[in-house]
Amino acid sequence: MVLRGAEILIKCLLEQGVDTVFGYPGVSILEVYDELYKHKADIRHILTAHEQGAAFAADGYARASGKTGVCFATSGPGATNLVTGIAAAFMDSSPVVFITCNVDDKLLGKDAFQEVDIVGISMPITKCSYLVDSADKIAPVVREAFALARAGRKGPVLIDITNNAASEKAEYEYISPDTAGSTGRLSPSYREKILNSSARPDGAAALDKAASMLYGAEKPLILCGGGVISSGAAPELQRFAEKNGVPVAATLMGLGSMPGDSPLYLGMAGVFGTSAANYALQSCDLLIAFGVRFSDRLIGSAEAFAPNASLIHVDIDRAEIGKNISAAHHIVGDAKAVLSKLCEHSSRGGNYEEWLQDIALHLPGDRQLLFPEKIIKEICRLAPDAFITTDVGQHQLWACREFDFTFPGQLITSGGYGAMGFGLGAALGVRAAFPDRQIVHITGDGSFGMNMNELGTERREKLPVITVLFENASLGLVRQNQRLKCGRRYSQTDLSANPDYIALAAAFGIKAERCKTAEEFTAAFRRAQKRGSGLLVCPVNKNDIIKPMLDKGRLKY
Amino acid sequence: MADTEYRQQTLSVLVENSAGVLSQVTRLFTRKGYNIESLAVGVTDNPKISRITIILKGTDRMISLLEAQLAKLLPVISIKRLTGTDSIYRELLLIKVRAETKDSRDSIIQIVNVFRAAIVDMSKNSLMIQVSADASKGDALISLLSEFGITEIARTGMIALQRGDGTIYERTENVSEYEVGKIHD
Repeated sequence: MVLRGAEILIKCLLEQGVDTVFGYPGVSILEVYDELYKHKADIRHILTAHEQGAAFAADGYARASGKTGVCFATSGPGATNLVTGIAAAFMDSSPVVFITCNVDDKLLGKDAFQEVDIVGISMPITKCSYLVDSADKIAPVVREAFALARAGRKGPVLIDITNNAASEKAEYEYISPDTAGSTGRLSPSYREKILNSSARPDGAAALDKAASMLYGAEKPLILCGGGVISSGAAPELQRFAEKNGVPVAATLMGLGSMPGDSPLYLGMAGVFGTSAANYALQSCDLLIAFGVRFSDRLIGSAEAFAPNASLIHVDIDRAEIGKNISAAHHIVGDAKAVLSKLCEHSSRGGNYEEWLQDIALHLPGDRQLLFPEKIIKEICRLAPDAFITTDVGQHQLWACREFDFTFPGQLITSGGYGAMGFGLGAALGVRAAFPDRQIVHITGDGSFGMNMNELGTERREKLPVITVLFENASLGLVRQNQRLKCGRRYSQTDLSANPDYIALAAAFGIKAERCKTAEEFTAAFRRAQKRGSGLLVCPVNKNDIIKPMLDKGRLKY
Repeated sequence: MADTEYRQQTLSVLVENSAGVLSQVTRLFTRKGYNIESLAVGVTDNPKISRITIILKGTDRMISLLEAQLAKLLPVISIKRLTGTDSIYRELLLIKVRAETKDSRDSIIQIVNVFRAAIVDMSKNSLMIQVSADASKGDALISLLSEFGITEIARTGMIALQRGDGTIYERTENVSEYEVGKIHD
């Protein structure tokens, strides 16, 4: 049938099973929003306060639901406001399709009103950016974009549709997503190969080599990253670790891959990781890494990282192999498939008794918790199964260190890009995906200031979340660095004279409470749980710092 | 990684012949702050596919990492690293040189003959010379002609092909690993 471009776009989204989109309208994307109006029974649109909030929401939606997020924005400033959100999704390999509309193709390059080369701008932070300048290209590009966002290592894709393409007419025919690949660059057989991707044909030899390295190791360690979560490999990982009795550390992005209470689990590794996980990394003789990209926040410095270990690197992205850390052996493939095969191929090389005892010496004993750490423990006790979103800073690291994550994907945080302001938008996205789950957003006063306008979205779109705000009247993590590295010269990290958060929340119709003690917090949190929403402001000492932290392979306190 | 030796390296890259491909490829070099010494692009026997030949200075490790990032790009079909000994390198040069007297014209024509170059345009005061050359021959010709006064030079940039039966289309272990996550019909 012959349809207008904008209608083809909506039909293609419906083909892909899209029922929720996040965005912000504008003149260039008028046609698409007009079509959306006609399809409001099929697609829920969530209007945010700012395009960046929409981008974070679509990202949070994708991470929590496992589906592909969709985000709309208009040309020019609408498109550029997405950029930080696109980059955050790219760094954390989150599948989001960003759709922007541009001016008429005749006006491209003429500095028209609200014109910007978003395809050029977004190229380094997407898997692919498409410029669609005629209606007949919309369907094949959208189908390809959705396939690509989920293919191999997941990630964001951007489609920029010119105004004329959205208003012109073209032929459209329904194609189911299972066969849509044949019309784009991704062939159906290939889609099958990557979607059910296995350790490739030569797999057996590579797996045997990995198994024999494990068999020969005396101090093996498993390290799991975001790849384990995005491929849904957590059950296989647990089985593999338990079968072989090998301890497991997680990267920030891999938190939740292993249940927090597992005896084999050592917690988060990295610069702000736990003593046990970092001790194990520094001492192991074999490191098996699944879906890890060895970011600088994990390794500290490449020279000092896991100095005694041979590395087996399993990743779906070949470009990660040897990028930051050289691997003795590697397997390119999906973590879930490789792990389930590795589980069959491997046999236990020993009981590692001494090794586990060694590590156990570094497990945290009873210690005096800081107030913010107590709050995190309390959230964990009161809402163990809640989705946790965070912003970026000290609160994020406290949350990562002190919360015992119970399921993969429970933590939704901007790990790679470290985008402050990520959490509230992401929490709204999670809420849109899961109307009945508990969602706790943990933030600090710096990050909260970046996107607090999304409190308006929380109310308007009826997406309640519980926000826990650590108020230390400073940019805590930067301040911590200034304290340790800049001789306590606190340059521009003072946030005193913060707004009255109680009144601020009230203006958005959200109930807020101050919690000066853990007891007050517990009571307030329970009240917020009953309501499903609320802003809980916890005053934190600005001199509280994250410790220990890893510096050039050594733990510093 | 004791890999600090900077040397000239050649990457031959097959890409889909579509808008924006060149900027996708070159931005990878920009991001790392690498300067491309020579870049040549042309369509192959398949009109949908172009070949980009890139020459730059770098360590082996630098180039391997770049190769990995290049291979990830959707429009990149295949990559081959070429070395001086196993490949043929050629570049086309157009050189405009001052030739105002009969003497200078005669001398230039002699040089052109020795270099198996050709004169492709002649005017009252200048000659245009065309030569296909590898790097050393091109440089030698330029140095000889500069005596007469070169007014302008245009070079295509170096292109290269591997000697023997081997091609960029060979399927290797590496190639199939890089294809996880993308494919071309």
